[in-house]
Amino acid sequence: MARGGRIARRGFLIGSAAVAGGVAFGVWHLSRPPENPLRARAGTSLNPFLIIDSAGVTLVSGRSEMGQGVHTTLAALLAEELDLPWASVRIIHGPASAAYHNAALAEMALPVADYGESALRDRAAGALGAISQVFAVQITGGSTSIRDGFETLRRAGASAREALKMAAAERMGVPVETLRTEDGAVVGRDGRRLDYTALAEAAAAIPAPQVAPRPAADWRLLGRSLPRTDMVAKATGTATFGIDIRLPGMKFATVRMNPRLGGAMNGFDPAPALAMPGVERVIDLGTGIAVVARNTWAAMRAAEAVEIDWGPAPYPETTEAIFARIAEAFAGRRNSRLRNDGNAARALSDAADVIEAEYRLPFLAHATPEPMTATARYTGDALELWSPSQAPLVQARGAAAAVGLDPAQVTVHTPFLGGGFGRRLESDFSTLAARVARQMPGTPVQVTWSRAEDLTHDFYRPGMIARMRGAVQGGSAVALEAKIAAPSVAHQAVSRLTGVRAVGPDKGAVEGAFDQPYAIPNYRVEGYLADLDIPLGFWRSVGYSHNGFIHESFIDELAHAAGRDPLDFRLDLIRPESAIAANVLDQVARMSDWRGARPAGTGRGVAFCWSYGTPVAQAIEVEDDGGRIRIARAWIACDLGRALDPGIVQAQMESGLIFGLSAAVLGEITFAGGEVQERDLSQYEGLRIAAVPRIETRILQVQDRLGGAGEPGTPPAAPALANAIFDLTGRRLRTLPLSREIDFVL
Amino acid sequence: MSDTLTVNGATVSVDSPGETPLLWVLRDELNLTGTKYGCGTAACGACTVHVDGEPVLSCQLALADVRGDVTTIEGLGRPAALHAVQEAWIRHQVAQCGYCQSGQIMQAAALLAGNPAPSDAEIDDWMAGILCRCGTYNRIRAAIHQAADALRGS
Repeated sequence: MARGGRIARRGFLIGSAAVAGGVAFGVWHLSRPPENPLRARAGTSLNPFLIIDSAGVTLVSGRSEMGQGVHTTLAALLAEELDLPWASVRIIHGPASAAYHNAALAEMALPVADYGESALRDRAAGALGAISQVFAVQITGGSTSIRDGFETLRRAGASAREALKMAAAERMGVPVETLRTEDGAVVGRDGRRLDYTALAEAAAAIPAPQVAPRPAADWRLLGRSLPRTDMVAKATGTATFGIDIRLPGMKFATVRMNPRLGGAMNGFDPAPALAMPGVERVIDLGTGIAVVARNTWAAMRAAEAVEIDWGPAPYPETTEAIFARIAEAFAGRRNSRLRNDGNAARALSDAADVIEAEYRLPFLAHATPEPMTATARYTGDALELWSPSQAPLVQARGAAAAVGLDPAQVTVHTPFLGGGFGRRLESDFSTLAARVARQMPGTPVQVTWSRAEDLTHDFYRPGMIARMRGAVQGGSAVALEAKIAAPSVAHQAVSRLTGVRAVGPDKGAVEGAFDQPYAIPNYRVEGYLADLDIPLGFWRSVGYSHNGFIHESFIDELAHAAGRDPLDFRLDLIRPESAIAANVLDQVARMSDWRGARPAGTGRGVAFCWSYGTPVAQAIEVEDDGGRIRIARAWIACDLGRALDPGIVQAQMESGLIFGLSAAVLGEITFAGGEVQERDLSQYEGLRIAAVPRIETRILQVQDRLGGAGEPGTPPAAPALANAIFDLTGRRLRTLPLSREIDFVL
Repeated sequence: MSDTLTVNGATVSVDSPGETPLLWVLRDELNLTGTKYGCGTAACGACTVHVDGEPVLSCQLALADVRGDVTTIEGLGRPAALHAVQEAWIRHQVAQCGYCQSGQIMQAAALLAGNPAPSDAEIDDWMAGILCRCGTYNRIRAAIHQAADALRGS
């Protein structure tokens, strides 16, 4: 695999370091290896991904489990090499540490198409991967966890296994070549067994051997659908989420911040809140307040009772005015032109008919099932933080700055995340918890937001407008021009997450439009950035989530204008550009019997998007149910190169599709008076069980790269649905959410 | 004021104000955190528990109005002694983030207590109140059918 080659050249798995009371290994070797953050813990740690103590082997994840199943597959990568019995595998969240930097995420920032296979891309990606360590990007996002860990963790597991065998060889007095490992023990030819627990300390004193991971042909765990490591806990209510942290003497609190996001607080009267039973304190947070109480409900009720005079928002007050500002961006300076094949301007001016369309997508909230929450204990010279986040080091930095400590004085624990979807890359919830804890030294305090606070204080997927022009000739597209205007997520979020100011072309604003494998001879994609101070963030599949809809809906419009079947039209344009992409379209055509007879009263739509390393094609069938639209069936074909756990990949593909459908049908955040108007889940709904289609998923393993799983299922969902509705009704829907125009069976 | 509750078979004394929703008594006073807060407005169903076997949204039920024995996810079954619905959930690998799953499982268990062989449509109708943003619904439906089979067989 291409990634494997690059990683091998970087040369990991070197070095050992003596520590008090034992010896541990540093697995990483770049310019300066980060320390193994587990050395100070009880038990013996051979590397940052492994603790061995008297209770057995505990695997350690640098990535956050937010539902995507990453703990299970990361554990399998280690257990495969360590010969651990799956039933005994235990994996925990690791600490905030640069040892868990995400090289694959940094590589993703390259402004090039995923489907390209250029040497330049590989060289540049390698350099960016190394940079991610310098900036300590310990982030779970971008569908990168398995791509990042695939080589690293197998090598860490193999190295530890060989060190354990060397320690056993010494103990048994036999050559290491005569030893093998099984079920958490080293076994000699004579049948003697030494458990890893008995060998760990000696093994940690041996310089980490460099060992190639086992070939895929020898895998017994990878490539199989394994029982998830978190499933029993999540089925029995025993999994500890952020909101479930309970500490001796802990207080419960909530916050109420200015709903005019970024606005000031002119004053407040805490008296009504302080008079309520169970309320202990009202804390001034500058741009909002916190209430501390005996339980979360008492705190939330009292926070609502505080009378607060809010200052105005630093952005236009209404949805209409905000979109007017976005539209103004078209007249401003162009931020990017990341695709410019042929001469789109000339081709369009020469065309007999130009197809023109404007698309508009709303702001969206993440609405994680678990509202924002974090628990903190401040003790003067230290802060302990229990934060369900996608970026532990970001939490440490944000919280430290908020309470006047150094990040090294902050200890971060990561419980399970009740959904992430990009929301928990931010550190605002941890920072507020730290600031509340700062006011009550020594006392742990859990700060949980009400659902209203959560929905109205998100970092939103931005609203956007796209102006599309295209031309067809002889049954094919000869020109496509996309101009996309939106406020920039990247320019805001990169500076928040890394402290580095982002400059240059914002890839995220145009991804999903500029980087798709269509051989359109005259093809131009431009991004325009609107100046808007609304907090924006990464929303599952980021730019692909909106441009997937825009691009794949417009491709459908071109197919219709060309008088072609929309799937055949796509295949003809895609096949010359990427056989891998064409293959997933072929698969979805077969699965859905696309060219077969369609029942009366049904419509079919198809869409394709290559995102996060994975090409995905989806087909959706809708039915006319007495004038309402029922989303009846869906078919997904994807190519991940390798499906390391097919059951989890299938779950993620279906999850991505349903997440995309929920937003397409129902998702919309609106503003009035500078405040987000959706304050309850009844105003910001997701699909319920009856509205979800029957789904068939096929996972292909053709491409030679390892693709991501968590996000690529989302982008094709909205356009496949809208295209199906067009097929059934003849109505072309260019504005989301679709429920504004269509009556769905929900 | 002190109230006596029966929760998962044990009698407990609670001194919260009677208007406190049962959800927060369970979570913040009794440390039974398996029952989840998602909205506080009867919109998501994550807080579903049983009162005398009937599914109830604990965020909507004031402590003073609790009439009957309360069962939470912790009382339905334990890792070492699973309820048939929990076994089916594990067999079908239903949960993703898992946050809504206590509510889903409590709602499903109540369904099967009253309807030993629900159809797809009956499942969809009964489970409509529990929102899952990870989209685990199709596995939920399959797991409920399997749990129904298991319960009928035993």
